[in-house]
Amino acid sequence: MKPLRMIIVAVGGQGNLLASKVLGEAALIEGVEVRMSEIHGMAQRGGVVESAIIFGDASSSIISDGEADILLGFEPAETLRAIGRCSANTRVITNTATLPPFTVAIGKGNYPEVNEIKQILKEKTAGLVAIDAMALARKAGSPMSVNIVLLGALIQTGALGFSKENVKEAIKRRIKPALVEMNLKAFDLGFEAAAAGTV
Amino acid sequence: MHKLLKDSPGEKIMLLGNEAIARGAVEAGVAFATTYPGTPSSEVSLNLFQMSRESDLYFEYSTNEKVALEVAAAAANSGLRTFCMMKHVGLNVAADPLMTLAYIGVTAGMVILTADDPAMFSSQNEQDNRYYAKFGHFPMFEPSCVAEAKDMIKAAFELSETLKQPVILRTTTRINHSNAFVTFGDIKARQTKGRFERDPMRCVTVPAVARELHVKLLARMDKAAGISESSEFNFITGQGVWGVVANGVSYHYALDAVKDLGIESKVKILRPGFSNPLPKNKIKDFLAGCEKVLVIEEGEPFMEEAVKAFAQEAGLAIPILGKTDMLFTPLGEFHPAMVREKIATFFGIDYTPAPKIDTSDVPEIANRPPNLCSGCSHRATFYAIKKAAQGMDVIHPSDIGCYTLGFMPPLSIGDFVVCMGGSVSTSCGFSKATDQKVVSVVGDSTFFHSGITGLVNAVFNRHNFTLVILENGITAMTGHQPHPGVDMDLMGMPGYGRVDIENLVKSLGVEHVSVIKPFKVKNSIETLKEAMAFDGVSVVIAKEPCILWAKSIKLKKPRAFEVTDKCKDHKDCINEIACPSFYIEAGRVKIDADTCVGCALCAQICPENAIRPLKK
Ligand SMILES: Cc1ncc(C[n+]2csc(CCOP(=O)(O)OP(=O)(O)O)c2C)c(N)n1
Ligand code: SF4
Ligand code: SF4
Repeated sequence: MKPLRMIIVAVGGQGNLLASKVLGEAALIEGVEVRMSEIHGMAQRGGVVESAIIFGDASSSIISDGEADILLGFEPAETLRAIGRCSANTRVITNTATLPPFTVAIGKGNYPEVNEIKQILKEKTAGLVAIDAMALARKAGSPMSVNIVLLGALIQTGALGFSKENVKEAIKRRIKPALVEMNLKAFDLGFEAAAAGTV
Repeated sequence: MHKLLKDSPGEKIMLLGNEAIARGAVEAGVAFATTYPGTPSSEVSLNLFQMSRESDLYFEYSTNEKVALEVAAAAANSGLRTFCMMKHVGLNVAADPLMTLAYIGVTAGMVILTADDPAMFSSQNEQDNRYYAKFGHFPMFEPSCVAEAKDMIKAAFELSETLKQPVILRTTTRINHSNAFVTFGDIKARQTKGRFERDPMRCVTVPAVARELHVKLLARMDKAAGISESSEFNFITGQGVWGVVANGVSYHYALDAVKDLGIESKVKILRPGFSNPLPKNKIKDFLAGCEKVLVIEEGEPFMEEAVKAFAQEAGLAIPILGKTDMLFTPLGEFHPAMVREKIATFFGIDYTPAPKIDTSDVPEIANRPPNLCSGCSHRATFYAIKKAAQGMDVIHPSDIGCYTLGFMPPLSIGDFVVCMGGSVSTSCGFSKATDQKVVSVVGDSTFFHSGITGLVNAVFNRHNFTLVILENGITAMTGHQPHPGVDMDLMGMPGYGRVDIENLVKSLGVEHVSVIKPFKVKNSIETLKEAMAFDGVSVVIAKEPCILWAKSIKLKKPRAFEVTDKCKDHKDCINEIACPSFYIEAGRVKIDADTCVGCALCAQICPENAIRPLKK
């Protein structure tokens, strides 16, 4: 398979490392080569966590600026901050539920309007899917399933070319049995929201 | 059963680089493992720690890297396969035993992992530890990917046993923290009890012995050089008259670049994976067929200098470049596009990078710097120090751990941070060299690691400062590992001893020792003031568990606070302690009940008494 490069950005605690592991497992089921790299230095202390996942026929395990084919953002401002990782051909999937940095929360730093964020992402890349993954995660049963909601949306776009069934199988293999059902629901909700073009 | 203990050869499993290294050690029959934690190496030791609890593998968190290496050296000289792992700067701490252990060698396989951190994702410098291999005369392996890391550690144990010499495995963060599929191999049986055979002419390094040992060491390294020539880890891919020499992750960036640029028929790549001693003859042969050669390596020009020297010996005058203004830098880490562009530049290939997105009109987004957790005890201690030292001209030497973050406003405790343990000894220097007040902070794990010797120095030389030991009962920063002051029963692991910091400090002869509970704010400030008024060395021990850890072992149950109507909007809470649970809504301060742990620090500093436990 021609290399496909994907960046996931999130705030520490949002579960992006688990999301990457599920995609890695899905790649195994799909029979696609995969390499991933993660930076999780200060995740627990509220920093940004980034993973790079490279599917297919390439050797490197990190992605240079401007070379991501897919950008999956778990937090809208972090998605926008990572725009330098994209080119005009990048597909972007983002959560719209915000987690403002502390300076913003106390009224000091700047945090762009979510609509403005969406506008910029849409204009500068090859397409945007924006969903309120937090609301859907709550609906599925836990705010912790934001990561899987977003995987549902990602798979719906077809950008990755993985089948829904295989990713669901990967969820079953990688997630604790007690949480599988809730996460499968989260996956479906994300998938449907992306299909409906929910913004 | 721990997933890395499974005896299922052929199973394909997704592993983190550090898990692959731990698995490789297990497959190699490692029996004895020691470490002091440090990113990016920490998951190697964490997995071995977990496995030691369900097998006969011996593992210990040692007090520091020097101790870890010495403990390991004894095991490896008692016939046990031994693994000692640390982050790059840890090897500085272990450098003293390292340099002479090279002379003594080992009787069973010993591998030393140094996890380097180009770009300093979580380190205080980006030193290139390949030089330790050369400096100390150790064979060295450097993997380029996760799966190879597992194969290499096995080969490293074999080589170490062949040569009777410890072998260094050198990784970088992008190997340690990458995931890839790895195939399990057979697990070699562990030999867990050894015997030390007395051999003073090898093991007692008095000068007369050491002189002989140095000769033998060089002979061992000659043998290593021969093995390096035919090592499968030193291979050449492709063919052509343009040469590339690339190690570690750079090798993969180069492979991709050559393909992307469509110059596969012109370029051959030499990948030294057994990189000390380098395979001199293989490199000379490689150079002989090249018109020009590009050396691609993160960090210092370790290979480049060697390759140039080999070319000189071979009488070759071809251009060989690596670190120059136009090409590569010793700074930071490399990435695929950078390597592609430099290869194109060096070999004169037409290459236009893909157009970049114009980001000039992207609005500013506030940064998201790491912060001490909500309810972190360090925040309360720093607040109290600040209040106690108000109005004084004071220097706050600090140290390495979560508490380093205290240097940021509004707490601003942290003026000089150099290396672990440095807070205590630099306090000695500052207090003699200036008339400023010195109040320093050190974490408990760091104090055990290398703070104690500085304190002994302070007592002996009669220095004048206050040292605050932040006893949060765990090594928090690197992922909550044990240390000698930890109550292991709390972790459900009986059978360990425990060193009490207060008794230890008193026994060292510190005359003014006090203990504070940092969440008792007024008392803490008073106690700190007394300690600071003492003429001589005083120690204040701030005792309160790391809340993130305490929550995870269910030692503490969070109970959120709220800001009531009594709030008159002074915003002292936000401006003085900046707990990340605060936010502002419609101009009013609020507390996020999901993250507030109810430490009550803010409640005690609110002048209106407006912050109260949330009524359910
Ligand atoms: C020589 C060396 N070894 C290891 C590390 C990695 N490291 C950074 S901070 C730290 C320990 C911090 O623990 P502690 O002093 O208890 O402070 P806490 O994080 O709990 O606040 C370690 C092991 C390092 N920086 N230098
Ligand atoms: S992990 Fe523990 S010591 Fe570190 S910032 Fe959080 S509460 Fe503080
Ligand atoms: S009680 Fe106050 S200082 Fe403590 S965690 Fe809650 S909001 Fe933060």
